[in-house]
Amino acid sequence: MRADPDPDDAGPAGRAGFARLARASVPWLSIAALLVAWELCVRGFRIPDYLLPAPSEIWSQTWALKATVADHALATLRTIALGFGLAVVVSLPLAVLVTSSPAVAATVYPILVLVQSVPKVALAPVLVVALGANEMPRIVVTFLVCFFPLVISVAAGLLSVPAEYIELCRSCRASRWRELLRVRMPCAVPFLFSGLKVAITLSVVGAVVGEFVAADKGLGYLIQSSTAFFKTPLAFGAILILALVGIALFQAVVAIERAFFPWSVSDERFRD
Amino acid sequence: MIRLEGIGQVFRSRDGARVAALDGVDLSVGREQFVCIVGPSGCGKSTLLRLVAGLIAPTRGAIEVDGRRVDGPREDVGIVFQKPTLFPWASVLDNVLMPLKLMGRPAAPHGRRALELLEMVGLGGFETRLPGELSGGMQQRAAICRALIHDPPILLMDEPFGALDALTREEMTLELLSIWQDRRKTIVFVTHSITEAVLLADKVVVMSSRPGRVVSSLDVALPRPRSFAQEALPEFQSVAASVRASIFSRRKAAADAR
Repeated sequence: MRADPDPDDAGPAGRAGFARLARASVPWLSIAALLVAWELCVRGFRIPDYLLPAPSEIWSQTWALKATVADHALATLRTIALGFGLAVVVSLPLAVLVTSSPAVAATVYPILVLVQSVPKVALAPVLVVALGANEMPRIVVTFLVCFFPLVISVAAGLLSVPAEYIELCRSCRASRWRELLRVRMPCAVPFLFSGLKVAITLSVVGAVVGEFVAADKGLGYLIQSSTAFFKTPLAFGAILILALVGIALFQAVVAIERAFFPWSVSDERFRD
Repeated sequence: MIRLEGIGQVFRSRDGARVAALDGVDLSVGREQFVCIVGPSGCGKSTLLRLVAGLIAPTRGAIEVDGRRVDGPREDVGIVFQKPTLFPWASVLDNVLMPLKLMGRPAAPHGRRALELLEMVGLGGFETRLPGELSGGMQQRAAICRALIHDPPILLMDEPFGALDALTREEMTLELLSIWQDRRKTIVFVTHSITEAVLLADKVVVMSSRPGRVVSSLDVALPRPRSFAQEALPEFQSVAASVRASIFSRRKAAADAR
């Protein structure tokens, strides 16, 4: 890993450590400043709760219902996990299929593009009719939202293999299967992870859209039901939890890549 | 050992025009001979190597290795590319063993051999590192080990030291000579450097560009083992001068014709 030269490393260890700490704390400080400004505006201009609740009000109302909120959050997480998992399981073989031959690509791509071009929000009510008022339509919406970027990025990765790698495979008379397993798939790993990062973010959106249309549980449902009763602070609480869930899931993908595929994070091939 | 007869290679460029990369190339390489191919960019040197490796088929002419016609990729050649092209996800050891894995042979019994090869090129102790942790020269050394792992009688090298700095390049040239001294192979080595070619080769083949043709073929009778000290010898200088002359006389002739 070749990092940029760090000017702070030149100084004594204590000063460098302090500088790093200061740099790491900047994002937190700016978020804290935003919350303070928000709180002061709401109080200063006497904005009513149902229009824009103050952070303190959001906190106290959400905390008061913490067990219920946690229940809803778990329901949403479950939808995300199932929909995202399904997308991963379906998109990897699909990407291999699409890249296997030009004929297959020509057949499958139009269908993929058509599916992707349909707005998922428009599809959600239809899915509820087709699949029933249960968990399935929400999982399917989540799946539909995030499988396309996965297929596209993995397919791009499988096709990104440098010509010399393929020549090496051919000169060893490697079978197509071995070439896929030993060379194409590892080559696609950095692409897979950039796809996963997009997909995990979209999967949160997908789950909430699904819950808006038909659900009796979940943060999306909580937002709808609480705004219906002008309990805006609770809706804001749910929104903030969704944001945190999105950040946490994204960071989890980043952490998995760092832990299991460190070479992918700083890939030599893209620096030439 | 390797015979090329009347090789012509025509590529179709993107706009549909036919480009002759090679035209009427005859070449023969004896068993355990070290042949260097020198020529300007675009003279089809790399194409020639790929033809011998069986990675592409010639438009015209025939290639024989050991009296048998080449009609597809062969396992009895090792290839070293200009870039190391190691797999960034695999350790140095796994990279060296990769050809065996790609061939579907068991790699485990060759672990010792791989370590010996790495030791030979000065990479002992680096076997568990990832390629990204090595310098360019070390990566190319590992790539040479990879080409040698299945002990192929033929080694094809496509400007293997072209991407290295001048000092590393000289070091690697000497190392390649000592490897070749130890385990004799038939080597076809493509290079831009006249000095490198004369120092390494038994025979230097000079090619012209567009279309690629063999202009001349010069035997190098310098005694082995070779070293950079020989560069000062009149014999060395005279071979280098004739190689240079046959490259540049062609160019001058082409310029005059225009």
